[in-house]
Amino acid sequence: MDILRFATAGSVDDGKSTLIGRLLFDSKAIFEDQLEAVERTSRDRGTEYTDLSLLTDGLRAEREQGITIDVAYRYFATPKRKFIIADTPGHIQYTRNMVTGASTADLAIILIDARKGVLEQSRRHAFLTTLLRVPHLVLAVNKMDLVDYSEERFNEIHEEFTAFASKLNAPDLTFIPISALHGDNVVSRSENMPWYQGSSLLHHLENVHIASDRNLVDVRFPVQYVIRPQKATDPAFHDYRGYAGQVAGGVLKPGDEVVHLPSGLTTRISSIDTYDGPVAEAFPPMSVTLRLEDDIDISRGDMICRPNNQPAVAQELEAMVCWMADGVKLAPRSKFIIKHTTRTARALVRDLHYRLDVNTLHRDETAQNLGLNEIGRVSLRVTQPLFVDDYARNRLTGGFILVDEATNGTVGAGMIVEARGR
Amino acid sequence: MTLQADYTTSQLDVLEAEAIHIMREVAAEFERPCLLFSGGKDSIVMLRIAEKAFWPAPIPFPLMHVDTGHNFDEVIEFRDRRAAELGARLVVASVQASIDAGRVVEETGRRASRNRLQTTTLLDAIEEHGFDAVFGGARRDEEKARAKERVFSFRDDFGQWDPKNQRPELWNLYNAKIRKGEHIRVFPLSNWTELDIWDYIRREGIEIPSIYYAHKRRVFERDGMLLADSPVVQRGEDEPVFEAVVRYRTVGDMTCTGAVQSTAATVEEIIAEIAATRITERGATRADDRASEAAMEDRKREGYF
Ligand SMILES: Nc1nc2c(ncn2[C@@H]2O[C@H](COP(=O)(O)OP(=O)(O)OP(=O)(O)O)[C@@H](O)[C@H]2O)c(=O)[nH]1
Ligand SMILES: [Mg+2]
Repeated sequence: MDILRFATAGSVDDGKSTLIGRLLFDSKAIFEDQLEAVERTSRDRGTEYTDLSLLTDGLRAEREQGITIDVAYRYFATPKRKFIIADTPGHIQYTRNMVTGASTADLAIILIDARKGVLEQSRRHAFLTTLLRVPHLVLAVNKMDLVDYSEERFNEIHEEFTAFASKLNAPDLTFIPISALHGDNVVSRSENMPWYQGSSLLHHLENVHIASDRNLVDVRFPVQYVIRPQKATDPAFHDYRGYAGQVAGGVLKPGDEVVHLPSGLTTRISSIDTYDGPVAEAFPPMSVTLRLEDDIDISRGDMICRPNNQPAVAQELEAMVCWMADGVKLAPRSKFIIKHTTRTARALVRDLHYRLDVNTLHRDETAQNLGLNEIGRVSLRVTQPLFVDDYARNRLTGGFILVDEATNGTVGAGMIVEARGR
Repeated sequence: MTLQADYTTSQLDVLEAEAIHIMREVAAEFERPCLLFSGGKDSIVMLRIAEKAFWPAPIPFPLMHVDTGHNFDEVIEFRDRRAAELGARLVVASVQASIDAGRVVEETGRRASRNRLQTTTLLDAIEEHGFDAVFGGARRDEEKARAKERVFSFRDDFGQWDPKNQRPELWNLYNAKIRKGEHIRVFPLSNWTELDIWDYIRREGIEIPSIYYAHKRRVFERDGMLLADSPVVQRGEDEPVFEAVVRYRTVGDMTCTGAVQSTAATVEEIIAEIAATRITERGATRADDRASEAAMEDRKREGYF
């Protein structure tokens, strides 16, 4: 059984948490004590129906305010798949938490309130999911019960969003009319909307093809940790030296010729080790330990790849950055800690090329800085070379975070574009 | 690893690979990590992941157990044996010692429990040993506040969690930056469910303490839960003791951990039982979560596991 990771997105109160509650409830993934607790809380507050959003809105502050503040992770499985759900907040103030949830998603469900149509925050989230290269999008037009399950209204929103999406790099996009509150088209097809011929949301989630989303072409192995058993109990391991890491791209096999970066030296893989024995090949997302034929000085933060397919070795980066801090702003000359794969260095902002208006996708080239939740294109200079790919080609070797040196907070999420070597 | 021609990986392999990655990040980025090992199923799985992450080298950090003094004998015996087998250093932080030193005051009455007192003992031990990263076996599927927590969960000087101000956490990039006195709680099993844990225990053939399997035990009923008859659990006249065939779904302090009636005597039978159950493990067996709607969140804010 494989895993599909998906995230919800969309404006505040569009029904994201209710949808997740409904999905869990109708697929029988809710336990009795959880349901009782939610029923009790709903009753205590005088809600006449069971508020399923309480299944994910688990923090005291969220329940008091009736909104989602931070991502909730929920899990359920059908005979077809295991699902990891990230239910993210719609409120603009908590966009960084939405970005957290969407960064690892294979699919995003963007909800739209059928009465309100496409809002600025729907556009922001749609843009962010495409910026984060979530490979599959579902546009769920919710609260269809409040617009008499109108096909016309659905088509209007369909058209409006399609027009906006054409300006994005929207990958696979599917539209589904639903009512999260009543369950229409969530787990099974709704009788209230006979005009809709597509599949239910759950059916779509179970069947969307994700196997080809991983990069199995470009071999990328960021060295995470060097394993040298100092006092191995077994003398056979006395001279053992292995390079541990999680495969970020491609397929590695023993005997393959590989190149080590930054040295540029080539060698061969002698063995791919795991606790359970050597394996014949390694590919994402496996965590393994490589042994190499030659003694090369290799440490954490280095990269192992194939001689004829190397990432860019870059100290100058071009990237789209999503800014996530309330206090500090990103501006030319500001300095941060950068963490990219297993390498940490310092980065200087050389230039802010533009700030994006998420509504119109207009580029404001006069922008002086990026504040909370703003997105822009920047040039960075880094104190050490990084081994990078375009984020569009590989999320793991194309993404980085910026950490504020004063507060240690994670303040920026970066996606590399136009990766070029020295 | 179960390999398939199209390079898909099973869910357990994906979860294991993620957990190994997290462990190696911590070993690489922190100076003094430790792994909380209670002898419960989640921490047993976590320990196996640690073995795998650094093999053939030994686990490069000590284990720590916060011992309330009210734990099950079978679990303590298991804890010590497992640590010895691995040649790991085991730090035992004792709640009794915190009580004796006047750091905390023992609760009294029928519902007295040392569960909440553990937080002080835990935070004192973290400070005393200078631990800067502490692995916990908590899973997000356990409880609604845990469902909100990051893999790298920042704790301030007072060990507190601030759920409204968590660091963004993108891709597999974890921010390990802290100041002296602060620490990070790390949850490598965040994305595992109870069923995943059991499937993994079966697949790996991992030994677990005997109390997870059905056994005869003298128990009494309170709030719909079966508590063990033991000198450390205060029992009233109106709570008669009887013998039942039970097993434990979670392993914690005897005063607040209930048993469930079950005849499941093998891992396979436990998996069948869990797959069919309609009640969460904490709902079925933990009095500590029943205190209020936000009991877990409140304890976590104070620095609890
Ligand atoms: N009539 C109707 N109401 C709905 C539907 N879905 C959600 N609602 C209601 O809309 C309100 C907001 O729902 P939530 O699920 O909390 O919205 P959300 O998108 O998770 O909000 P944030 O997470 O704070 O952004 C609640 O009162 C829901 O009961 C629907 O399909 N029909
Ligand atoms: Mg919500």
